[in-house]
Amino acid sequence: MSDQTSPAAPHTVTRVARTPAANEEPYLEVNDLHVQFPTADGVVKAVQGLSYSVPLRRTLAIVGESGSGKSVSSMAVLGLHDRRVARITGSIKVGGQDVVSMSDKELEKYRGGDASMIFQDPQSSLHPYFTVGDQIMESYRAHHNVSKRKAKERAVDMLGRVGIPNPRRRVDQYPHEFSGGMRQRAMIAMALVNDPKLLIADEPTTALDVTVQAQILDLIADLQRDFGSAVVFITHDLGVVAEIADDILVMYAGTAVEHGPVNKILGEPLHPYSWGLLESIPALTGEPAPLHPIPGSPPSLLAVPSGCPFHPRCEFKDRVPDDLCRTLRPELISRTADLGRTSRCHLKDPDRVFETDVLPRLP
Amino acid sequence: MTAATTPARSGVKSVEGAPLLELDNVKMHFKTKGEGFLSRGTKWVQAVDGVDLTLKPGETLGLVGESGCGKSTTARLITRLLEPTGGEIRYQGVDIAHMNERRLRPYRREIQLIFQDPYSSLNPRHTVGTIVGTALRTHDMVDKKGELARVQELLELVGLNPEHYNRYPHEFSGGQRQRIGIARALAARPKIIVADEPVSALDVSIQAQVMNLLENLRKELGIAFVFIAHDLGVVRHFCDRVAVMYLGRVVEEGPRDSLYNAPQHPYTQALLSAVPDIAVVRGVPPKNRIRLVGDVPSPVDPPSGCRFRTRCWKAQDICATNDPALEEKAPAQRVACHFAEPPVESIVAEVV
Repeated sequence: MSDQTSPAAPHTVTRVARTPAANEEPYLEVNDLHVQFPTADGVVKAVQGLSYSVPLRRTLAIVGESGSGKSVSSMAVLGLHDRRVARITGSIKVGGQDVVSMSDKELEKYRGGDASMIFQDPQSSLHPYFTVGDQIMESYRAHHNVSKRKAKERAVDMLGRVGIPNPRRRVDQYPHEFSGGMRQRAMIAMALVNDPKLLIADEPTTALDVTVQAQILDLIADLQRDFGSAVVFITHDLGVVAEIADDILVMYAGTAVEHGPVNKILGEPLHPYSWGLLESIPALTGEPAPLHPIPGSPPSLLAVPSGCPFHPRCEFKDRVPDDLCRTLRPELISRTADLGRTSRCHLKDPDRVFETDVLPRLP
Repeated sequence: MTAATTPARSGVKSVEGAPLLELDNVKMHFKTKGEGFLSRGTKWVQAVDGVDLTLKPGETLGLVGESGCGKSTTARLITRLLEPTGGEIRYQGVDIAHMNERRLRPYRREIQLIFQDPYSSLNPRHTVGTIVGTALRTHDMVDKKGELARVQELLELVGLNPEHYNRYPHEFSGGQRQRIGIARALAARPKIIVADEPVSALDVSIQAQVMNLLENLRKELGIAFVFIAHDLGVVRHFCDRVAVMYLGRVVEEGPRDSLYNAPQHPYTQALLSAVPDIAVVRGVPPKNRIRLVGDVPSPVDPPSGCRFRTRCWKAQDICATNDPALEEKAPAQRVACHFAEPPVESIVAEVV
């Protein structure tokens, strides 16, 4: 406890309001991405026709439950899948270069350089045998032709920037000597050591306590401002999304079911699955209202339902004529006058249904 | 004390007028080996250090706090999976803290536990019927003939298909497995269920299903709950009263609404302000966040006086010397802080 900082005066933070979406050039562009894993039981269709884009300085949150394909698709963006096992088609463009067609050598240069990733569990993603400093230096030296001494300077500098007290001493310590929150900071330092333009954070705060989570979210927001990178933030916590994201992509059974600016998607979503998510989260204020969970459970990716993959759990499918939900997969297009947002649902007037049927029972 | 006890259900005694469950200065210190070759200086991890709590019949008490605050250890003490190193745990007035296994058995039936992880808390080699049936047999709940019927009744009660009694846990999804765990706990017809993070391993939509199930069971069967979770929204939804723990102690305890709307302990205030709230997108102004500095100190060597003082912005000299007692500062709201007061600014954003 030697490097305990003395508590500051009431230290309160209010995050600044975000600027509305501008028509910026996308840095990351995913187009019709499919990821499949052939197994003994059949082909697991983990991602089916996913498209999205993120410009620099913006944060896209990918939201979905386990098995929705959010992690699998993001690993594809970093070229982390074993291509002997995974079948990947479609295009992933990062700063103009296509990741899907990269050779192993090109991938090595790309990963950790232009794009890097923060993983959920800092305990298992840091190597226990090497000091934290060694691991950060390794990442830096893989992309920069510098001496060990210079790399160590850089590691110390990065640890300081992510708010680790006493970085000069900490750099020579092993991961087990760090607390959970500090390990996550060290991971972030490692991910950012090469000034990546694209940062993918896969549930970076899920394993952390709320007070530490708040620190880490602030840190990621600050660093994004400084580095100007594009951030893809994968999470299942809609509260976190509301705080950190500019745009949201809601995924279900391997596809995007809704996409748009954060206030729109969380404020007045247009897809029944998004409605179900909002109705499942207990509120922090007001009179506790009963929850309306989505019935059933997510489908197996070995046998994704026909038509709209959400139809077996959807309470609104009867409002669509001709059994369309069961037979025809809806397109991801804009369904209302607002062209900045898209959803994948056959409902004719989703905005009206939301207002009359869903809004009154939101917690 | 023995004079006042009256036998109720076989083997379970009770004292007239005593609360259903009472924790009185309960301590659980774990021994760890000291450093060095001779392992001198044995150290004690003060996982739980002086917890006072009461639970009335049918009530739901939430226990919140961050990892390492002692909430799970408290759950294990209440269910007597651990024997406390100090204090009393009174069930209907009878101290069960140091009872031996034979005398404890009837009390085990009264207090059941639901675990966090639906994957590791069910034996993969046993069918669901065996898992729930074992609980019935252990506590002599039904005779052999009636066992299957009761198993099916329980499965139906928790929303599972009663015909699935001969299936194995791997054939069920995470949410369904959690229901099996709940059915097993209900088998003994307990008066108290201690639920240790019962929904945190589940996806959002499944989490809501299980929470609704627990709520219905509570209403129908009148079971009292000790509900442990780190998700403050989930606890608010489910509990009548909430206790906030920090480093082995309860720092604040009170009715749900007063605790969430007017928290008085600085730690409770910081904890509540740190929860990301989805309401910001619905036009609710963002909260004024209190950011805590540093990490939770080690429970091996906790700070003197108030344990929160090393991270508290209100800390004065008195906090290092005098350990604040848990005192009533507002109706039914107990706070352990020398400078307890409701937040100056509303930290939990209010709808305008």
